[in-house]
Parts: sequence; structure tokens; C-alpha cells
Amino acid sequence: MKKLQNIFILFTLVCYSLGFAQQTPAPQQGRDIAIMGATAHIGDGSVIENSIIVMSNGKISRVLDGSQNNAMTLQAMDVIDAKGQHVYPGFIVANGTLGLVEVDAVKASNDLSELGAFNPHIRSIIAYNSESKIVESMRPNGVLLGQVVPRGGRIAGTSSVVQYDAWNWEDAVVQMDNGIHMNWPSSFSRGRWWLGEDPGLKPNKDYAKEVKELHDYFNESKSYNKGNKPEVHLPFEALAGLFDGTKRLYINANDEKSITDAVNFAKTQGVEHITIVGGYEAHKVTSFLKNNNVSVFLRRVHTRPNNEDDDYDLPFKLAKHLVDAGVLVALEPSGQMERMNSRNLPFYAGTTVAYGLSKEQALQLITINPAKILGIDDRFGTLEVGKSATLFISEGDALDMRTNKVTHAFIDGRKLSLETHQTELAKRYSDKYGIND
Amino acid sequence: MKIFFRLLIFMCSFSLFAQDYFPSNSGVIAKNSNYTAFTNATIYVSPSEVISNGTLLIRKGKVVNVGKSVSIPDNTTVVDLDGKTIYPSFIDLYTTFGVKKPKRSGNGPRYGPSRSGYYWNDHVMPEQDVMASFEYDQKAASEMHKLGFGVVNTHMPDGIVRGTGALIALNNDADNSLRVVDGEVSQHFSFSKSVRSRQSYPSSIMGSMALLRQMYNDANWYAAGNVDTRDLSLEALNENTGLLQIFEANSRANVMRADKVGDESNVQYTILAGGDEYERINDIKSTNATLILPINFQLAYDVENPFLANSLSLSDMRSWNQEPHNPRLLAENGVPFVLTTHGLKSKKSFKSNLMKAIESGLSKEKALEALTVLPASLLGKSNLLGTLKSGSYANFLITDGDIFDKKTKLYENWVQGTPHVIENMSTTNIDGDYSFKLSGKDYTLSVKNSTSKPSATLESGTTNFTTKMSYANDWVNLTFKTADSTSKEYIRIAASAASGNSLNGKAIMPNGNTTSFYAAKKSSEQTKKDSNGKKDKSLSEPYMSPITYPNIAYGFEDKPKSETLLFKNATVWTNEDAGVLKNIDVLVKDGKISEIGKDLSGRNAKVIDATGKHITAGIIDEHSHIGAASINEGGQNSSAEVTIEDVIDDEDIDLYRNLAGGVTSIQILHGSANPIGGRSAIIKLKWGESADNLVYNNSPKFIKFALGENVKQSRSTSNMRFPKSRMGVEQVFIDYFTRAKAYDEKKKSGQPYREDTEMEVLAEILNGERFISCHSYVQSEINMLMKVAEKFDFRINTFTHILEGYKVADKMKEHGVGGSTFSDWWAYKYEVNDAIPYNAAIMHKVGVVTAINSDDAEMSRRLNQEAAKAIKYGGVSEEDALKMVTLNPAKLLHLDDRVGSIKEGKDADIVLWSNHPLSIYAKAEKTIIEGVTYFDIDRDKQMREAIKKEKSALINLMLQDKNKGLKTQPVKKKEKELLHCDSMD
Repeated sequence: MKKLQNIFILFTLVCYSLGFAQQTPAPQQGRDIAIMGATAHIGDGSVIENSIIVMSNGKISRVLDGSQNNAMTLQAMDVIDAKGQHVYPGFIVANGTLGLVEVDAVKASNDLSELGAFNPHIRSIIAYNSESKIVESMRPNGVLLGQVVPRGGRIAGTSSVVQYDAWNWEDAVVQMDNGIHMNWPSSFSRGRWWLGEDPGLKPNKDYAKEVKELHDYFNESKSYNKGNKPEVHLPFEALAGLFDGTKRLYINANDEKSITDAVNFAKTQGVEHITIVGGYEAHKVTSFLKNNNVSVFLRRVHTRPNNEDDDYDLPFKLAKHLVDAGVLVALEPSGQMERMNSRNLPFYAGTTVAYGLSKEQALQLITINPAKILGIDDRFGTLEVGKSATLFISEGDALDMRTNKVTHAFIDGRKLSLETHQTELAKRYSDKYGIND
Repeated sequence: MKIFFRLLIFMCSFSLFAQDYFPSNSGVIAKNSNYTAFTNATIYVSPSEVISNGTLLIRKGKVVNVGKSVSIPDNTTVVDLDGKTIYPSFIDLYTTFGVKKPKRSGNGPRYGPSRSGYYWNDHVMPEQDVMASFEYDQKAASEMHKLGFGVVNTHMPDGIVRGTGALIALNNDADNSLRVVDGEVSQHFSFSKSVRSRQSYPSSIMGSMALLRQMYNDANWYAAGNVDTRDLSLEALNENTGLLQIFEANSRANVMRADKVGDESNVQYTILAGGDEYERINDIKSTNATLILPINFQLAYDVENPFLANSLSLSDMRSWNQEPHNPRLLAENGVPFVLTTHGLKSKKSFKSNLMKAIESGLSKEKALEALTVLPASLLGKSNLLGTLKSGSYANFLITDGDIFDKKTKLYENWVQGTPHVIENMSTTNIDGDYSFKLSGKDYTLSVKNSTSKPSATLESGTTNFTTKMSYANDWVNLTFKTADSTSKEYIRIAASAASGNSLNGKAIMPNGNTTSFYAAKKSSEQTKKDSNGKKDKSLSEPYMSPITYPNIAYGFEDKPKSETLLFKNATVWTNEDAGVLKNIDVLVKDGKISEIGKDLSGRNAKVIDATGKHITAGIIDEHSHIGAASINEGGQNSSAEVTIEDVIDDEDIDLYRNLAGGVTSIQILHGSANPIGGRSAIIKLKWGESADNLVYNNSPKFIKFALGENVKQSRSTSNMRFPKSRMGVEQVFIDYFTRAKAYDEKKKSGQPYREDTEMEVLAEILNGERFISCHSYVQSEINMLMKVAEKFDFRINTFTHILEGYKVADKMKEHGVGGSTFSDWWAYKYEVNDAIPYNAAIMHKVGVVTAINSDDAEMSRRLNQEAAKAIKYGGVSEEDALKMVTLNPAKLLHLDDRVGSIKEGKDADIVLWSNHPLSIYAKAEKTIIEGVTYFDIDRDKQMREAIKKEKSALINLMLQDKNKGLKTQPVKKKEKELLHCDSMD
């Protein structure tokens, strides 16, 4: 172990001695910073060509249309000439798991789920590794914030929201413990092949029982929280926020019936804030969702259709269906290699443009919409005066990999390093071969 | 009584003529040499020879004579079968009658055999003799009697080579000395391993195929006397060559695979099919195999719940609808087949399923052939079985009419002269309505199923009475409650039915008084009306969904054809020196790119306006695992003998989805379970064509190698297979190539050598005829493999994945190997810690031929976007980025003379994009292979509508089934595993 540590220290030293500053969180904003001339994608659907955006003390202090208003003192400001470039609010990973697992196949690096089925008291923020090499690889793509969500069981636990440039989890958190995550009982279950049953998917016989179990659990929890609590019950304690409106209930459900049952369950239980996660068939119940004020974290856009007969592009166009119907939608990345793939969040949004949405609508799916659902829209999600200066500049359209080239990124006005473990290796070997441009 | 008597006679006789030389200590030896004659019957001597009013004369279990005028000797018992029909009894070629299925032994893999003196693989057991574990099963035999079977072939259903099967007459009153018609009549094969051995190899169908091929090679080598040691398995295999060779395939695709193995080894298998052969009937026909056809048609799905019904795939729904047509379609296309009870969950459903096949158009004559003469002839027993010609076994059925009619009753099933009574044929059928008077009231009695399970209903006016009825030996006993509903008093009736149209007897009243009872049968006209109505219904042709290619959603009813196409005014990414051409026309003709230029003219071409659109070469995925039934043969550390070409799955919806992403060619690679993997299949995505037609003509030969965590089984809990470290991996290669070199030298020297597919394949590598695409991650192992290759004087062709390629790009360039990598994957396992998205750009800039691949059915349909990431990460030019998924993989696959660029004379494998092809906003609108439009975005929309319509039509039919009271099965959800390198099958 000692040896390993030494090697690690040596390795770190080598990195630093090569002069690539990376991973060190940026210091607080000093002078005001002005971004001049960029196309600003505000995040509320509007665009300002040739904009002026000023950041002061970590906040956006001005958002101006440069073609109309040039009367501004640029003294005592750092000025970034961003003509021909684009400015976006920092992208937000809904239902993310960054920082909970470092290497998928290495069990020792995995803190994604706890033992047991009912774990509302489990807090993901505790395991969040702000120094994860995967977290830092988000920033060069404009992905600057995200939810840290525990997985597994019936009730997986409590999530928090973090920003991706921090010394530690306390430093990272922007919204603490405000989501409870639930996996809705599945409509289908698998046969136990080892008992000679057909291993295929058959309707789940225990569905009603499993739903009742949830009702019982919530009822017990409500009773507990109303009383004088002679004995502390940590899980019930953690659910209290759902009933007083301080926490949001995220329910993973995909098919039409599960979504309907899940929402009805939450309504019956008096949960105010409800979000469906996954929502593969949410487009079939849009008015129901809208009427009940239920938002959707829509499953990873870059996936295959669930059923053989489905339209090949169904996962690509689901967002369009939901947005058109007026449902509040954000994109989520869960699935294979979801952590490293979270940096492709902008391209998930880009794909929804190819399949029907406008670019500004698509942008909302990864900025203001998740911010609203996560309860951080007072500070994040748009380029508006008074909000946190969490934004980035890209040379071109950030929703297209062909043009997404981030030159500057800021969190709370702090200018981030865009170096990563990966850029450092790229530079080292490009130097070796003498192929640096 | 008559029956009992006859039974007695035959029971006595059998113990004698079967065991002539056995001593008897239970009495005197009394031989019965009497004749039995069945007269006045309609006799099916064979399916094509029917005698009306004929006589069948049998003696000592065999047919003596049959005909219209047969002279009957004096010592003959005569049975008058007026109005009845005699058929030869049925033969089932595929059962496990009297054989217990062995139990699974233990868990965890084992890499060596558990036996010695036999073949090196436990799953090859030609020496297995079914008689060693056979035990006659009276109960199962009685069940088969009811279905009309007299003889079954049985075998041990376990292992890849299962040994010999035996032919058993279902004679419940004899012993094995007579019942066993032939103790070694067939030899059995399958693709499934024995449950009694844990030997890991083979772990896939392609492994089973390779094992069978090698086994035949070895058997020849052994037969020629080249082996000093004994191998009882190969000896048995060689001895069994004269027997009927039966292969359990269980599906259309596996029928093709089994036949392929057989053809290569000069064996024509008779193949147990799956019931889905109608899907590609011409392919099936080309096998020239006789099929053993199960008729285990599916039940309708229970689709009452629309949410659940939603999960049902069109292909599953079609199977339900189309399977009953399989026998008819095979017959119409001249594919010979026999029918079996195999696969039926309940054997009782044999008749109803057979009726379903006949309702779907199978002719009765064909059905009878498939159950009698055909199996007999396959077994080489036509003289004994299948017909009622003189000399054959007295194996026959007595019915009250056409055996393929729903209502026909089977009375007796005679096997080797032994009668097995199913229904008493001397029982008079008294079904019908009767009227009688009792205590001044008029009653109507309806009797049903009198000859099998009699039941009766009784009514008087509007009152229905609870009634119990029994009927035996011409006597009817009836009990019913009196009309007074509060009392619990019964009226009992006993009446004789001997007269045939009335019931005569007495009624015993609750008070003990007895009165006479007479019930007259009503005329049968009224009841006839009902059945006539029903008949009309069943005559209407059942609806059948169209069969498409492939037979799933988005399949083609008519396969699309090659067209002459003229694309006008496109932006064309040539991938050639010409670069990107704007406002240019492209003419596609005879499957080739015929002309590229300005203002080309039509000449019968279909003109496509491509203004504002882009044309590129079709995308080529160097590393794919879609369209395959299995990916890994991990049972050994080398599996060069297997090939993915054996297991191409032509009905994988991901093939179509890839087309919709602009993909035209893929290399389906073996997985990464072992250092030396299997051979690749390089295919074009010609959606609708069958597996073999997807493979490139004169396909370049490739094989998958693998390094690192997967091959050393890092995440396996039981680590028993060499190698377990990167050190060992190198030694595996050196060992195998050393042996392959020696093998090749011996072969070239002209000396006799044992043909070994694995060594042949490795020798091809040494001789530069086969190329390696090697799964690789970290620089040490990449370097190692290049050194191994150099030591044996060949070159590695491609490193695939190659995520640390950027660390050794200079060495790769020097070696001359290409790199096919992921755009941005990392962090999924320890060995990809240093994977960087700049890898492709760096390798490319150093001068390595670089491709970007998928290894993933989802990413493969967006490979153009993955290529675009090379622009973002490392600043590759747009044209060079596009080449990474088109021309460069074509180069790596040695296909760049045919595909990969838009050049006159090359295959017309092209994509029409709605937008800049590297942009996230681009959609493939048309994907064309050799001039055939396999994907068209507008046609796709029409297909969606058609699928919706067809599904709702089928759901309606299923609901009808349920409402008719037919059994249904719960909905199941079709799933397709997403196969990666690591997929362990």
C-alpha cells in the first residue's frame, strides 16, 4: 500500500513537473470578466447575437445586446473577445452518478448502491469523489453541474446536486439532500431458470404485492413523522421531506402503466414534487403528466429502442413528443458506461434537434429544465443577471460534436482549468512524436 | 368380454413366439398359431392404397394377407369391422421414450475431459447405447397409443453426439425381446452439451459445429490406422455410420447449420426442425434433408390487457399465426418431412395440433405418409413398418372413420398383434336427445360422449335437473333430483340401451315405488343443424400474416432489387483525391458506382434530387457483434477452429437499425474471451437476405485475437484456465504458432498428417493468408504481440480497441499495423485508465491507418458522429475524420478496392444524408448496397403503419381464440441481448 502511495505521489509529481495544471479547483473570481461579442444562448429559449456578458463576484451582473448597447467601461475587467463564438449556461447532468464510481469493473471503486431495498436515508453526497478523473473530463465539453444519485433497491436513497470543480464534497454541493430516488416495481419479471422456469420476461406476478409494500412503507413513514418519535427511525425520518414539499420524489418507470401507477401512487401519498425517470413511454401519457405537474428525466437519447418493432429513432424523438405536449423534460444519461458518457450530454440534446426540436429547445433539456426540477433554477440554468456565473464559451455550436470546442468555462465566476488526465496524456505523447500543431 | 378374451389369447401367444428357446416353469408350453381376421373394413394398406370392404388377416403379430377377397383359414377368429377403418399405426422418429433425462452434474467450468479411453471431449459420446438406460414405460406407451402411435424411436437426449437410438414397438404385453424392433437404428446429434459433464468446451453453437467437424476428421484419421492408442468414441462413431443420422436442430437457423456441418463431412442428417422453416423455405429445400417436424404450435397470447399486449413483438405474434402452416408450406415445396410428438408440452395436444396443420392446408395423405411410410423408409424398415402389406408387423389402428377428422374415434391400437383398447368399440353410441314421461311430466334427456365419458342433461319445461349418468355394457344408470328444490330426494333410473334408439327399464321413485321407464330417441335432425353451422366456419381459410424477409418487423415482403439510380446535385464526399465535390451527380448502375460528374443524364435511371444533401460511402464498422447468434467460444484458450460465419443471425433487428445509421458493411468479430479467438464474418447489411448471402464474396480472411483483462479472466471467480497474466498470454501465442509452423511444414512435406482446423487457420496466418484483428488495450501487450508476429515473420493487421495505441503509435507504424479504436470510451475497466479520446487523432497523425469502430449495437448506428469526435478531440480534418469510418476500415479489412469511397467502378454502397454527414443533425435518408436501397426513410414510415395494422389484426385473432375458450399463454417480452466482446456465448 505504502509503495502504491509512493508511486502515486511520484506520478503526481511527474505530472506537475511537466507543467500541466490540472484538477486543482479554480480560485474565487477576482476582477470582473466580460465576454464580448459571442452568440449567447440564454437558456430560456432566446438568443442574443453579439452579446456582452459580465461576471462579477461569481454572479452574472450584466447580459447585454452588444449591437445596441456599447456604452460600457471595460476598465478593471478581464475581457474575453468571443466574436463568432457561443456562450451557454453550464450543462447539468440530471440523474447523474459521477463521482460515485471511478472504474466500472473495479468493485473497490464502486459506491453506487447500498444493501437492502428501502434506503431513503442513504446520502449519495457522502461518497461523492470531487477529485474523480471522470468528473474533470466533463468540463471540456461544457458539462459543469450534476445530480449525484444513488442506485439500486426499491428506494435507493437521497441525492444532492454538485458543481464539477471542487476540493471536496462540501465544497461541491450546490443543493444538499433534496431528492429521493425510487425504482418502481417492474411489470415484467424473469423466470428462475435454475428451477427449470423459462428465463424469458413474463408479467410480474408480484406486482400488486410490491406496490402495496410501497404504500405501507409510505403510510408508516407518515405516521411516524406525525408522532413524537419515541424511537428514531432513520429511513422514515429521511422520507419526511417528501411530505412537507422540501424533497422531490424521482421514480424510475418506463412503460405507460408503470408511469401511471407510479404517479398515482405518489399523488395518493401526498407527494408534491414528482419526476419520472426513464419515461420510455411517457409520450403516451403526456396530458396525464402535465395535469399532475409531473416532470420527466428522459432516458439516454443514444440508446436502442426497447422493442424490436419500435421505430428505430424512437429514443431520438421522444423528447420532441414530450416538449410539444408541454411536459417539463430534462435528459438523463443512465445506462452502460454512464459516467464517462455524461460528457456526451450536449450531443444527446443535439440529437433531439435532428429529430424535431429547435436548438434552443434542446438546450433547455440540459440547462434550465433540469435546474427547475432540481430546484436550483434560482441560481443556475440560464444566462440571466443575478444568477451564478456558471457558463462556458465554445468555438461553435456546443450541441454538435463537430463544433463543440470549449475555450473557457466558469463556475461561480471561477475560471476553470480545461486540462484533464486525458489532455495531459495527449500532450505528452504528441510532444514525443512532435505532432503538436 | 370379447376384448378380454382376445387379450388373453394374445398375451399367451407372445410369451411363446418371442422366446422360443426359453424354458417355462409356469405350465406347459402352449403355442397359439391361430389367425385373426378383420373383415368388412376400409383398410389403408398404405397412404396411397385404400381397400374398401376389405379383410386384414394377421397371425403371430404380423400381417398375413390383406385385400378385398382374402381366404380365411379355419383356425381364424373373425372380427367384423363393418363401418370401421383400419390404418397402419404411426411411427415417431424422435422420442425419449423409456429414457430418463440425466441430471446436471456440479457447477463451475472444467477445461479437460473427465474420461479416458474416449474422445477428448466429454460431450462426444457416440459409444452411448440407449438400451443401457432404457426401461419400458407402460404409462407413456398408453399415452402414445391414444395418439395412434405403435412404434417409437428413442434415444438419450444428452450431449453433442448422443450415441445410438433404438426402435421400440409399444407392445404393452410383450417384453423387450419382442418390443425392441432394432436396438441400434439411429445415431443422434445436437449442438447442446451433455449436462453430465462440466467440460467447458464448446460453450457456443459455433464451437459445437467446429467440434463436430474436427471429430469427423479425427474419425477418418483413426479409421485409417494412424493412431496408436484406443479411442472408443471414434470407434463407435465409425461403426455407426450406416445408421440413420438424426440431428436435433430445433430451429430453422440450426437446421441450416446442422446440414452445413453434415455436408462438409459427407453425412446427410435427418434433422429435427423447429417449426419455423417456412420463413426461408428455399434455403431449407436446398439442404436436401428430411425433416422431423414438431407440431408444438403456440397458444394464442393473452392480449386482453393492452399494456401487456404492447410488449409483444410482431415476430412472436406471427409465429403463433404462421406456424400451423409450416407443414403445408414444406409439403408444397417438396421438402420431405415426418411428424413427431417431440416438443409438445402435453402429448394430448398432438391431435388438435395435427388438425390445425390440416386446417391450414396440409393434405391428409401427406400427413399419413409423414406418420407411417416415410419414417419407416428412413429407418430402413419399410418391410416391417408403415404399411399393412403382408409380412409387416400387425401395427394398426381401428377407427370409426377418417383418422384426420376431429370427431373420429380411435377404438383400438394394435401393436405386433396386441390390441390396446382406447375406446370400447362394442359400446353403442347412444348420443342424442330422448323424451320420456314420468309421473305425468314430460322430460327431455340429452346424452353426450356416451362412448367415452358419458354425461347427460335433463330438463322438463324450463326446469333443469342435476343429473348423474353412467353407461356401460349397454346399461344406462341415471340419478336426478326431484323437481321439489327444497327436498334432497332422488329418482333413479336403470335402463337398457340395447335396442339402439330407445332406453327401456325402470325408474325408482324417492318413496321406493318402481315404475317402468321408456325413453324414445328423438330424430337427429335438430342436432345436425348446429354442427352444419360449425362446419361452414371451419372451412373458411384461416388468416395468415405475410411472410417477410426476414420474418420480423421491417422485413420485406418482396426483397428490394438493384436499380439504376441517378443522384442529382449532391455534395459528394469522395474519399479520393477529388475531395468533397459540390453540386455533382452520381450514377449508380448494375450495383456499381458508374459515373460521377456534372449534369449526368438519366437513361432509364430513377432520378433522386439530392440538392442540399450529402452522399458518402457507406459506413464500415470494423468491430461489430450484431447479427450473430453467438460471439464467444471461451471453452479453450484458443478457438481458431470456430467461425462467426457459422452463426450469422439474419433476423437481428439491429442490422436494420444499423442501415438506418448509414452502415453498409461490418466485421462481426469473435469476442475476447480467449487469446486466440475465432474467425470473423465480414458481411454487407443486405437486410432480407439469408445468412450465407450476407457474407462478402471472396471475403478476406480474418481472425480475432485478444489480450488483457478478458483473456486472463481477471474478473472470473474460478481461475482455472491458462493464462491468468499478460506473461502467460505471450506464451500461448508462441506455443500455438510454434506448433502451427511445425504442422504446416509437415503438411507441405507431403507426409500424412492429422487434419486439424485450428492449426490450418493458424498456418494461414503464418502464410499471410489470414489477418489478425486483435483486441488490445495497454501498450505493453500491444508491443508484445507485434514482437511475437515479427518472431514468426508475419505482421499483425489491425489492433482493435487499441486504447493505448497513442503510446506506441510509432512502433505500430513501423510494424505496419492499423488501429481501429473507440472515439471516447474509457473508465469502464482498469485497463482503460489511460484511454484518451485523442487516441485516434494521434495514431492518425503519426501515420497509422486509423479507424473508429463501435463494438456496440447502439453506437454503430451513429458512427459518423463518433468520427466527428476526432475533429473535437485532436483536430483531425473533416475529410480524414469521415475516412475513419469508411475508407480506413475498408483498408484495414482489405476491401478498399471494392468499397470505402465514391469512385467509379466501386460497389455502389452509399448513403444519402440529410445534412453534413459529420454533424449531429444528419440523418441517413437512403442506405444503398450494390444499387439496392435497403433503407429508405420514407419506406420506413410506411412500414411503421403496416406493422401497426398487422399487429392489431393479429391481436383481434388472438382475442377471438380466447373468447372461443381456447387456452392462451401469458404475454412474453422479446429481448435481444446487447452483445459485446465480453458476452459469454
